[in-house]
Amino acid sequence: MDKFTELSGIAAPMPLINIDTDMIIPKVFLKTIKRSGLGVNLFDEMRYDNDGNEIPDFVLNKPQYRNSEIIVAGDNFGCGSSREHAPWAIKDFGIRCVISTSFADIFFNNCFKNGILPIVLPKEQVDLLMQDAEKGSNARIQIDLAIQTVTSSDGVVMKFEVDNFKKHCLLNGLDDISLSLEKSDSIETYETKVADIHPWV
Amino acid sequence: MTAPKTLYDKIWEAHVAHKSEDGTCLLYIDRHLVHEVTSPQAFEGLRMAGRKVRAPEKTIAVPDHNVPTTLDRAKGIDNEESRIQVEALDKNAKDFGVHYYPVSDVRQGIVHIVGPEQGWTLPGMTVVCGDSHTATHGAFGSLAHGIGTSEVEHVLATQTLIQKKSKNMKVEITGKLRPGVTAKDITLCVIGETGTAGGTGYVIEYCGEAIRDLSMEGRMTVCNMAIEGGARAGLIAPDETTYQYCNGRAHAPKGAKWDTAVAYWKTLFTDEGANFDKVVTIKGEDIAPVVTWGTSPEDVLPITAAVPSPNDFDGGKVDAVKRSLEYMGLQTGTQLSDIMIDTVFIGSCTNGRIEDLRAAAAILKGKKIKDGMRAMVVPGSGLVRAQAEEEGLADIFKEAGFEWRLAGCSMCLAMNPDQLAPGERCAATSNRNFEGRQGRGGRTHLMSPGMAAAAAITGKLTDVRELM
Ligand code: SF4
Repeated sequence: MDKFTELSGIAAPMPLINIDTDMIIPKVFLKTIKRSGLGVNLFDEMRYDNDGNEIPDFVLNKPQYRNSEIIVAGDNFGCGSSREHAPWAIKDFGIRCVISTSFADIFFNNCFKNGILPIVLPKEQVDLLMQDAEKGSNARIQIDLAIQTVTSSDGVVMKFEVDNFKKHCLLNGLDDISLSLEKSDSIETYETKVADIHPWV
Repeated sequence: MTAPKTLYDKIWEAHVAHKSEDGTCLLYIDRHLVHEVTSPQAFEGLRMAGRKVRAPEKTIAVPDHNVPTTLDRAKGIDNEESRIQVEALDKNAKDFGVHYYPVSDVRQGIVHIVGPEQGWTLPGMTVVCGDSHTATHGAFGSLAHGIGTSEVEHVLATQTLIQKKSKNMKVEITGKLRPGVTAKDITLCVIGETGTAGGTGYVIEYCGEAIRDLSMEGRMTVCNMAIEGGARAGLIAPDETTYQYCNGRAHAPKGAKWDTAVAYWKTLFTDEGANFDKVVTIKGEDIAPVVTWGTSPEDVLPITAAVPSPNDFDGGKVDAVKRSLEYMGLQTGTQLSDIMIDTVFIGSCTNGRIEDLRAAAAILKGKKIKDGMRAMVVPGSGLVRAQAEEEGLADIFKEAGFEWRLAGCSMCLAMNPDQLAPGERCAATSNRNFEGRQGRGGRTHLMSPGMAAAAAITGKLTDVRELM
């Protein structure tokens, strides 16, 4: 997995609440058996018209946001289906961090598995970053995972919380399957115990 | 004496295989269900790392999302990408030796219907699947939730999941339901009450007399949509109804094992005085037949209401409602029961079980659907289909003018040929009304099977009680 340590980038403002994974990557693009190449279809139905032309008003089509690396989003980002294609598409587009007041559970976990940092901040701080993001390419938001801070383009520093284990994996780009396999003994002990007391499982 | 525990606490504790100092756990997974859309990259990951599936005997695969549900599906899948995805599952199931129900098997169907039907899902288990509606299996008093593809790979390789415990939430539905009100109305009404993020960070336990009174089918409908309320999982304590449903199923325990299993299942309830971090109580008699009017499952109103105004809401919801009314092509103040529809979809893991088909057929019996209406019934599994044929339900549907399909996800999501065209409006028994969910530009109203059948007859959203 790719590491995530620090980032200084342009943020795209997406104030809409409840942006669901069907909006992030519509199901017609779930037919791939690969993880890559989904970035061109990120937000497909909001980004292109029925003939496949770009809709100029959509934020990521605007010249100043084409190279966004951060999304500042409305409440409950990533709700809906469990598709990991959503973070794959986000990552493939070049976004490494999403900031919101809240995320849907599965999407939130999926981000960490793909080197994307989802940051939860209180409403006032998300509002402030949303205004910052509205400034376009002149405003760069900075993120430092090690010390858990987001810094607005005006230098306002905000602390965020992150699970220690997830932070450790992200900072070091660790593959959690290998880490879990190191605990095979515990898994085996558990299996033996259960086979004994709950033989129907 | 140990502190009183919730049902969730008990199942959780029984599955911790390893606990780190920071509280991160490896939770052991008893049943891993797999479908073709979210698994190919996971199996590929295993291959590349030279890993095996740790417990193939606890892993069950079935293709459902891409599978055509037309009667001629033995011809194969036209869409090349869909075909490749299903073929990849055929191959992965064989190479890794997991249980498999291919398209040609009569037991094939939607993964969340096949699991319980075959007795894979049992009380007290942990069940995961790379699919958010895994919450369905919580109806058995099992801890069941959706995971992403990386987690699918993690479970395949280790039979565990890295987890932190969620908080406990109780949703109690007291008293009796009124006639015409079903499990679907309960679950939609709860989401309307809590919002789509109301359950975020929680595992919900549904309880109360109205929940106890539900059949297993109804309980599955309720738990299925826990995810739409943002919860990690929803569960219902097992009881006689649960045991009866499980007894005799292909993979349920038999003989002495059955007796020890039931003895254990009887310990699976929330202790008196256990702590819930959040409690929601709804009176069963206050629930009406409901429909959704917007593009979020929380946009729920009784069928007797009118389309709301964005000004009825606050904060970010004002803009979201404006957007959704525009997408849905609806005017504030229109009576919901005046909204014309052109398509009816009965099926999905929410309402594709035998009881759902019975409820719809009871309304349709001896009636015809409106001229020009496109209406389809897609049973949740091949066995549900066979049973419905045996009970004569299939004839009722066909005589009414419905298409009688083979099993699969079908029009629940636009991944197979069954889709809405832009602007088409559908009365659907599925679980998501998101923009584009049933096809780009398509408009979805969620409701119970009886309500969908009523809408097929009148051609507009209809209060099912008028046709009962
Ligand atoms: S029926 Fe719909 S919600 Fe259920 S598994 Fe299939 S696509 Fe998902």
